[in-house]
Parts: sequence; structure tokens; C-alpha cells
Amino acid sequence: MFGIVERSSDRFGPVPARIQSIERAAAILRLLSGRNRRLGVAQLAGELDLPKGTVHGILRTLAAVGFIEQDEESGRYQLGAALLHMGSSYLDGNELRARALNWSDSLAARSGESVRIGTLHEGRVLVVHHVFRPDDSRQALEVGALQPAHATALGKVLLAANRYAAAELARHGLPRYTPATITDWDKLSSELDTVLERGWAADSEELVVGEVSLAAPIDDRRGVTAGAIGISGPVERLTEEGAPRSELVSYVREAARAVSRDLGAIPW
Amino acid sequence: MSERYIASVDQGTASSRCLIFDGRARIVSVSQVEHRHIFPRPGHVEHDPREIWRNVQHVVGEALATAQLGVRDVVALGIANQRETTVLWDRATGEPVHNALNWQDMRTDHLVRELAGDDGPDRFRDRCGLPLATYFSGPKIRWLLDHVDGLRARAEAGDVLFGTMDSWLIWNLIGRHVTDVTNAGRTMLMNLETLDWDDVLLDAMGVPRAMLPAIRPSMEIYGEAGGAFAGLPVAAALGDQHAALFGQTCFSPGDAKCTYGTGSFLLMNTGEQPVRSANGLLTTVGYKIGDRPATYALEGSIAVTGALVQWFRDKLGLIGSAPEIETLARTVDDSGGCYVVPAFSGLFAPHWRSDARGVIAGLTGYISKGHLARAVLEATSWQTREVVDAMNSDAGVALTSLKVDGGMTGNNLLMQSLADVLDVPVVRPIVAEAPSLGAAYAAGLAVGFWPDVEDLRAQWHKAAEWLPAMDPAVRAKGYRKWRKAVARTVDWVDEDDDED
Repeated sequence: MFGIVERSSDRFGPVPARIQSIERAAAILRLLSGRNRRLGVAQLAGELDLPKGTVHGILRTLAAVGFIEQDEESGRYQLGAALLHMGSSYLDGNELRARALNWSDSLAARSGESVRIGTLHEGRVLVVHHVFRPDDSRQALEVGALQPAHATALGKVLLAANRYAAAELARHGLPRYTPATITDWDKLSSELDTVLERGWAADSEELVVGEVSLAAPIDDRRGVTAGAIGISGPVERLTEEGAPRSELVSYVREAARAVSRDLGAIPW
Repeated sequence: MSERYIASVDQGTASSRCLIFDGRARIVSVSQVEHRHIFPRPGHVEHDPREIWRNVQHVVGEALATAQLGVRDVVALGIANQRETTVLWDRATGEPVHNALNWQDMRTDHLVRELAGDDGPDRFRDRCGLPLATYFSGPKIRWLLDHVDGLRARAEAGDVLFGTMDSWLIWNLIGRHVTDVTNAGRTMLMNLETLDWDDVLLDAMGVPRAMLPAIRPSMEIYGEAGGAFAGLPVAAALGDQHAALFGQTCFSPGDAKCTYGTGSFLLMNTGEQPVRSANGLLTTVGYKIGDRPATYALEGSIAVTGALVQWFRDKLGLIGSAPEIETLARTVDDSGGCYVVPAFSGLFAPHWRSDARGVIAGLTGYISKGHLARAVLEATSWQTREVVDAMNSDAGVALTSLKVDGGMTGNNLLMQSLADVLDVPVVRPIVAEAPSLGAAYAAGLAVGFWPDVEDLRAQWHKAAEWLPAMDPAVRAKGYRKWRKAVARTVDWVDEDDDED
């Protein structure tokens, strides 16, 4: 009904037939999930070496099922919310906690700081696990709390792995919590590039003045980021000459790798 | 001076593990190997002791290698072990004369009933603190002596030796035939007051003294290992639940811990005097530090806790993994008045009713799978409440907080429910591996690596704490309903039910 004509299977030989229009739709989605998240019909047609009319038909179909959306102002296309919900790694937060219990304890013991594990929940960080700072001071369990994603290390790790959630967040504005909070989308975007590259994130007094957090990604067996694990504490203990202390960064990264290994992300 | 470490072996029911701890009692490395369960026939459960010894050597070697340590970097080795599992071996060759009889093995069922006779299962409780039951070692030794040809004569001559897993490992490590007082206390052969083998019990059970190990404190240097671990002092041994009590630093009377696994074990420190239970709890030795007086404990065992969640997953198929039960349970606000009493093979502490079978009570058309999930989790809380009430009554002191460990402590909803129904704070320590930590603490104390228990207490840190937040009226009503549900489980099994 959208004018897409299926090639008969004889063109590709006997079963199983491959449906060309689905392959083309997949190619479009792949392009839209690349670095240039918003593309127009002409750009897509050029990339795929297809007539604009064909591409337009596929785009309209994908838009109708919610897999892509058209930006009203520019007329360009981007991945849609329905696809993002399907694509985001689904790992039960309670399952994640159960698998991460020993390693998060050990991170708290090694770092001497409190540990949190978070997942992305409607643009915010949902705390699914919390280990107290091991000094027996009075602390309250924060499991179930929500934290702003752009102002925490946990959030930056999660946003770096899910740029659409990040862009979505930016569209609603990035609230300021301290003078150091990143409120500019371009700045956040380039920070997320850095996070993705080096494999860990820091928040330097961006949520609370005097408090720093560090985090690294937990990957599931498909290699998709399922959550983030990190520590937080006062700037005097977590940083040295203005930068996160390197041994703390390595504790956090080792804990993240250990949990990822238990989830099957790393085959050894 | 380079940093020194403690090695801790947890020889458990399913696997053998070795954890290496540093001077601040932090885990440096872990190695674990599972061993076979041998089921020669229904109700019989065995291990191959040689396989377990090989595995223990392997995990110690691997844990050291992973941490890039040599034997010289380790100041002492401590052992926590599955309790009651019974090994008999030849003194001359060191070869086991039979597979080990696992604590779950039921083959002594008839023997135990025979021994109870007209006096009932509590016949020996005054002397050893335990009721006659299949899982204690004494009846298992007796069964082997009765069923393996020529064994009794060799045992009487001292040519065949008995040991629980601690004994078997220490024999292989250092060549001495010793056991620790907490393990000896699980044989039904040790007198709780003298902490020595009791002639009345030996006679009644038909076990010759010549085959028994010397009973030693839980922590002292038993000797130095040979072979691959030459020079390594073996300095502690405790039954796993006792090690967990020690690892949770329950050093004062009234301190209690509960380890939540397939079943759950609540132990409370009762100080230097054994407390006889009027409420179906076991009296046991908590630990004994060197020449100091023993510390006793009351123990309440709950047969089915994590096993109920496994049943919910495997038999009802309502969840894909155990942690998912929390997700399902959180889809509703309460159990909808539904209660699950998992009396799968009768009720244990404090009821001890073998004629009971499980019920789902309060079932209405309103009940969804979410309510059932809640009821399944709450069953663990209410069962703990019953044991705690029994303990408070026996010990004459009320529990002020409960230290928890084990896999189920990852379930926040359960931990909150536990705090709510017990009406005390529930605290999880930063090292959830309480048995391993306890054995490490004990070995470290024995060699002076750590100066005293106060130093250990200072190393214990909270990882999480759940505070009671339930309306007292709701708690009281919930407990009343739970007890009504429990009342509906008893007297289910009839004479003509085939109980095999």
C-alpha cells in the first residue's frame, strides 16, 4: 500500500527469500544511527545509491510505525522513540544488582567510597544498587532514587552509549545545578565522545559543589551498555591536582569489567 | 616489609573456594571449583573426598597465582567447611574407605528413629545440644561401620579414621588427625560442657573413640602444610555457619547473623554458657579462640527460603531468573492477603512438624502473580520472625539488629520486608562472603596477623542498612495471618501416604 514492490524470491534463488525493501530499510536505520543522526532524503538516497522516490517511500513507512521521526523545521529524519525503546538494552535492574553484588562491595572496600549502579530511566539515572561508604557513618539506602543524567558520571556513561537519549534530554534543556554543570549541548556532546573513547566518565562538582563522581560502563553479553557503576565522594579524596585520581579510576574500570565479564560481555 | 595476606578455604556443599584477603580484610582474589554430587540411589548423597582434596589444592594454587603471590606471602590458611559431611579413611594409606556421606544424605533415617526409641529425638539433647536427625555425623559413622565389611574392627584398632571436611583437609595438609570444636559439635558425639567426646554418646551411637580426631579450638596453629604449600601455617577451622557468625563479628552475647541461601541459618551468640532451647533451636558451639572459654550459640535452621524462589522460577515458571522475583513483586503494593508456607518436607524450627506440607493461604480471585511473588518473598521474612521469636525467648535477650549475608541479600524488597516484620534494623556487611571472611579472621587472629577481636570489629563495615518502616498494626495483623496459615499446614500427611 506504500508502493513498495517486493521482488519475487526467484531473483535470489530458492528459499529463504530476502526481502529487498527490508534490507533497504535496515540500511537507512543504520545510517541514521551513525554519527550524523539527522539526514535528509537526498543525503540518504546518495549514500545508498537509490532513487529518491524509493527512499522516500521507505522513510514514510518507517515513520508511520514510529521507527523514525521527521524534524519539522529541517525536514530531516532521525531515529524514532519506538525504535529507541526496543533497542535499549533490557536487563532487569534487580538482576543487574544480584550479579554485581560482590564486585560493587569490593569496589567500595578498595576505594573507601560509596558505590552506585545506575540504569537509564526516562532520561534520568535510576539507582539500582547502592553500597555505603565503608566508614560506618550514618547513610541511607538510595536504591530507587533518580539522578540527573547530564550532571553525574553514571549518567554520562549511559548517555555516551545512547546518543538519542542524550539528544532527547538536550531538547528539553540541561538544567544547571552548580557553576560546573554542563548545560550546553555541544559541550556535553563532545564530553560524551571523550567518555566513549576513554571508557569512563567523571563529574567534577557538576551536581553538588565539593562532590565528584567517577563511573564506567557495564556491558551485557551483546556488548550493549546495560548500566554504569561508579563511586562518589568529596573532591579532596577523589581528585589530585584537579584531575580524578588514577588509581580510583582504575578501581572503577576494573569493577565495571568484572561485572561485564559476569554478564558475558567479555568471553574470558 | 612487603604486604602479607591470609588464605581462606570455604569447602562448601557445591564447591570449594579459596579467597585471599589483605591486611584490611579486603578480597584480593577468588578461585572456585565445583565438585560432583554422587547419587547412588534416592536419598543418598555422596562426595568423592579425593576430588575435594584435589579441588582445594587447585583453588588455593589458583587464588595465589591470580593475586601473583607465593606461599611465602601468606601468613596463614583458615578453613570454613560444609558441616556434618562424613569421611572415613585409612590411617596408613590416607585413602578414603568409602565416599563421603553428605549432610543431606537420608540413609540414616531408620537408624535415627531406632536410636530415638521410646525416648524420642531429644534423647541426647542435654549432652550434645542436638536432636536425633539424619544430618549429624554420628549416625553416618555408625551406618558406615555397619555396612562396610570389616570396617568396625579396623576402626576399633584405630586403623580407620573419621573426620568432617575440616579434619580431612587438615590431615592432608599437615598430617595431623584433629578437628575443631564447632565441627565436633555437629557429630552428636561431643559433650557440650566438656567439649570432649562423650562416652555415653559414643556407646549409644556405637562409635569407637580410637577413630575420632582430637578436638581442638577453632583457631590455633594446627601445624604447617607440606607439599606444594610447604611452610604455610594452617591456623583455623570452623563449620561454615559458625565461620559466618565470626565473619559477621558477632562477638557479643545477643549478636546474631542470618545467612540467606537455599535454606537459611540464623545463629545468635549466647556467650560462654550453652543455652538449652525450649523452642526447638539447636545449641551449638559458636567458636573457640585458643585457650579461652568457648563461645556458644543458638541456631535456627529454616529449610526453605531461596529454594521457594527457585520453585517459583522452575516449577511455576513465572520468572526467568531468581532476581526477577523482585521486579514482579514490585508490580503490586502487598501480597493481597495471600501467604505461602513452604513446608515442602515438613516444618523445621521452631515447629518441627514432619506431618506438615505447604499451603497457599488466603487465595482469592483478586490474587495475581505479583501478589504471589510478594507472598513468596515474605515467607522468608515471616519464617525468620518465628526463629527470632524463639531465640529471644530462649536467650532471654531481644535481638536489636540482624546482620545478614548470602545471595538473597541482593533482594532489596526482601531485606526491607525483613526489617519490617522483625522490627529491627537489618544490616548487610561489605564482605558478603561471611564464611570465608570468618575463616580468614580466625586464621589471622591465631597467627597474630590481627591483634584481637576488637580490631576485627573495627574492620567490619556496613554496606547497606534497611530500617523498619511498617505500621505496628499492619505487622501484628500480618504475623497473626501468617501463624494461621502455618496452622493450616500441619496434620496433612496421613499414615497411608507413601512417604518414600
